[in-house]
Amino acid sequence: MSDIKKFMFVNRKAPHGTIYALESLEVVLITAAFDQDVSLVFLDDGVYQLKKGQQTKGIEIKNFSTTYRALEGYDIEKLYVEKESMDARGLTEDDLLVDVTVLTSKEMGALMDQQDVVLSF
Amino acid sequence: MLHIINKSALSNGTFDSCLRTAEAGEILLIEDAVYAATKGNVLEAKVREAMGRFKINVLMPDLEARGLADRVIDGVSPVDYGGFVDLVAGNKNCQSWL
Repeated sequence: MSDIKKFMFVNRKAPHGTIYALESLEVVLITAAFDQDVSLVFLDDGVYQLKKGQQTKGIEIKNFSTTYRALEGYDIEKLYVEKESMDARGLTEDDLLVDVTVLTSKEMGALMDQQDVVLSF
Repeated sequence: MLHIINKSALSNGTFDSCLRTAEAGEILLIEDAVYAATKGNVLEAKVREAMGRFKINVLMPDLEARGLADRVIDGVSPVDYGGFVDLVAGNKNCQSWL
């Protein structure tokens, strides 16, 4: 496979309450193995996936939030967070466990338009 | 009556429906619903207003899992799993808003 396509993963669900966030992460890691151009987007409740300080022992669920920090090792470095979603939740960049690029809704829309494949979780 | 809510109020209408229909009693926020109990979110004013009619409780293990245990809105009561059982036992009936 020599053609590199632009893949975007759109994450809009909070972690833990449903399986979407974890499943998205699994697919992202698989995609990374195929040397594609991967972008991760965090919108709406999806921004909660990146919140620092998640301690899941009490609910007996695997704390997969640490995996976002490992994405860099798989050459996945394009992480985008929508400013409006962060603001609505009282979060700032300092609350997030990885470095991200903060985009406005409009900028996010433009980025989506550039993709070959968009997968929504 | 105890109203148990498990969906994020920022992406689902369950919390609103509960506030619209229920008159008084207690609310317990669990799972993704716990985000409503955190300071600085757009629904904070609505939660504070609801505290006039309801006693609002939040399940702490769920908030800890989401990294927000240090941001509970003043006046919202934190409970653990034992407190969850006490709430169910202490109310005449309960409704799980799915």
